[in-house]
Amino acid sequence: MELDPAETFRQEAAELLDSLETVLLDLGQTPQDRDLIDAAFRALHTIKGSGAMFGFDKVAAFTHDFETAFDLIRKGKIDANHDIVTVSLSARDYIRTLIDDPDSTDPIIGEAIVEELQRLIGGGPSASHGVAPTEAADTAAVAAPAEPAQAGWQIEIAFEPDILRNGTNPLVLLDDLRALGPCVVEADLEKVPELDALDPESCLIAWTVTLQSACSKDEIEDVFMFVRDEMKLVITALDAPAAGLFPALDMSMPDDVPELAAVASPPRAAAPLPAAAAPAAEKAEFNRRADDKTSTVRVQAERLDELMDRVGELVIAQARLSQIAHSGTDLAIKAIAEEIERLASGLRDSTMGVRMVPMGSLFGRFRRLVHDLSRDLGKPVDFVTVGEDTEMDKTMIERLADPLVHLIRNAIDHGIESAEQRSQTNKSGTGRIELAARYVGAQVLVTVQDDGAGLDTARIRAKAEENGLIQPGASLSEHEIHQFLFHPGFSTAKTISALSGRGVGMDVVKRTIEAMRGTIDLTTIPGHGSSVTLRLPLTLAIIDGLLIRVGEGRYIIPLSAVEECIELTAEAEARAKGRSFLNVRGELVPFLRLRDVFDAEGQPDPHQKVIVTSIGDTRVGLVVDQIIGSHQTVIKSLSKLHSDVTMFSGATILGDGSAALIMDVAQLVTLGQARAESDRTPEAA
Amino acid sequence: MNQLQIQEAARGAPPVIETRLQVLMVGLGNEIFAIETDMVREIIDPVPVTRVAGARSFLPALINVRGNVIPLADLRIRFGMARAAQTPDTRIVVVEVEIDGDPVTLGLLADKVYEVTEVSTKHAQQTPRLGSHWRPDFIRFITKWNDEFVIVPDMARILG
Repeated sequence: MELDPAETFRQEAAELLDSLETVLLDLGQTPQDRDLIDAAFRALHTIKGSGAMFGFDKVAAFTHDFETAFDLIRKGKIDANHDIVTVSLSARDYIRTLIDDPDSTDPIIGEAIVEELQRLIGGGPSASHGVAPTEAADTAAVAAPAEPAQAGWQIEIAFEPDILRNGTNPLVLLDDLRALGPCVVEADLEKVPELDALDPESCLIAWTVTLQSACSKDEIEDVFMFVRDEMKLVITALDAPAAGLFPALDMSMPDDVPELAAVASPPRAAAPLPAAAAPAAEKAEFNRRADDKTSTVRVQAERLDELMDRVGELVIAQARLSQIAHSGTDLAIKAIAEEIERLASGLRDSTMGVRMVPMGSLFGRFRRLVHDLSRDLGKPVDFVTVGEDTEMDKTMIERLADPLVHLIRNAIDHGIESAEQRSQTNKSGTGRIELAARYVGAQVLVTVQDDGAGLDTARIRAKAEENGLIQPGASLSEHEIHQFLFHPGFSTAKTISALSGRGVGMDVVKRTIEAMRGTIDLTTIPGHGSSVTLRLPLTLAIIDGLLIRVGEGRYIIPLSAVEECIELTAEAEARAKGRSFLNVRGELVPFLRLRDVFDAEGQPDPHQKVIVTSIGDTRVGLVVDQIIGSHQTVIKSLSKLHSDVTMFSGATILGDGSAALIMDVAQLVTLGQARAESDRTPEAA
Repeated sequence: MNQLQIQEAARGAPPVIETRLQVLMVGLGNEIFAIETDMVREIIDPVPVTRVAGARSFLPALINVRGNVIPLADLRIRFGMARAAQTPDTRIVVVEVEIDGDPVTLGLLADKVYEVTEVSTKHAQQTPRLGSHWRPDFIRFITKWNDEFVIVPDMARILG
């Protein structure tokens, strides 16, 4: 498969820009964090470098200015602040458009961003450095010469042995270094083996170059731009007086800026310190790059999906094999069937593992959303994420993005009050939104919680009455009233803001979540905020199920919903007459007879079993004829023609080749409740 | 073009231009249905079915056709005919029908499958309003084959 190099750059740049966004947002909160500043600088440097390499000249040119600014921040010449972060974010967006669609991008936007950036850099130098603003601006304009007072550099170069095979000529690079100034080049032959062991295509020579030039560190790094991943490069600044070769430099030194002079001739004792620290940092960087190279592989999503389908088919075939093996008496076949079952189950788990992606990749996107919304609406908001390392199926995460955008937008737009309102109710002026994910059994719980005013139950009620959804004066619990928010076209917003009224309502959120076999729940405490909880299965493809029989039909109950299986004893049944409750260790558990629900024909088995399931906080017993056993269930979605069937979430293929339906326990419970309500006698109500 | 003219023929006045349509003749109860071969994927022997509780009565079950779980439709119920027991002639015709823009694969239960043949729109007649208990919108038109009336059904409407 041929990959367009420009496309590779686009992909890489997209990742770099995403991580840059995260870094910038973090920086907005902790502007002094050196690691973040360095990370931002590195990302920009790489985008600039590879942009130029792949012919994205506009990207390279624009990023250069941006990189320059971060170089200044990195060197402590100016402090990062909120304004710089904001303009950097728009610069990041601009780079993205430059990469995606370079021709239609208006350069005026870019110029405006650069101008703003220059103004901020020029206007906000750190006072502690005593550098005049204009001077800082000048430095910014001339490509930020790093440590301009350096007398020279010691450069240690060691390439990966493969470098010659990749077509790089180290001598050309050394010539490039010479172009920067007079060089003393020493070759280190220590690693070169004896002649008979020598591989002429492997580069084991290391070089130490003493460059006598006032050039910037960047200029040296630029020489090695294309081979940076395949080498170890340590650049150490040399002391000017130590070299003593450049008297002219001393004269150029402005006498009235003592700080700069101090930089130029630091006390001798202090010199080894940064020099020693630098190689260590470079080494760490080198190792990190090496790790990155070996530890990840980029795979097309369709290939993963295809793999998952194949594994699904394998699991079905294996189930058939097991069934045949267990109906016969051949021990050897039984042993093989068990072995294959174990292997198939392991393969299933690792394939699903490959598809698992940490939630953090999704959460990261929302930080920008919150940042922008909070600015647009003038509501300061702290955005807290919890459980970023919770993993979910890739497709699930993708489908979760839109509903979460909507919920977070709602939380800021409708949930969090304005700063004035908050101060009146003794709340902190900054609102708080928490996005959290955690495992609960085989499900993932995702919550969006705000500390705003909470839902206005009275207003929702009034609106529901106005829309004719309920009779005026009907008695409903608060929780029931809140469910109206999930009705299509139901909005209580008094005014349509730019954010609401985009055609995506809570009903769409609910539908999306339900299509993923998840549930959505909404709770609120007046004055203290609301929280929306999404319960989602870990994956869409294969689940562990419990195979049961009701009448002639076999069904799958997702194991994640099953709490325990008990026998429906004759006494329990006798006692349960007319009230359908079970006593499970002192707790009342209502039960549904699946024979009735599915209109099963024939006589019930004499020993009925109860499968106690739990959906959220509700526990419900399902009465079945027989429990057959656990079953690895490959989920096949139901046909569109059966979209009106809510009791089942899908189907699967059993060992004998017949299809079995997968029960949607939550829907069954809702259905059971509806039946119970319609059956209820007036006295009971 | 062929399709379009026939569709017009079905909706509007009796057709003026004669077009020929390749169809599969299928027996359902006492009637013969002509199903366009364009939509027929395969004809299979009866397989074990899985009843779907709560589904519409003419889509009572699921079947597994080579790893795909598809619904099984009983058009006899849709046309108000009596349900008959399975005979040695019973077959399942797997068809693909476009419903609201999406292709949907399903099995049609057939009491008997006759042959692939051509019918002409020359003899096409509008469904009489009287004399049949069928909903006229389920039928594209009625035509003649071997001196017998055959029904060309409108699958998308029947299943919709």
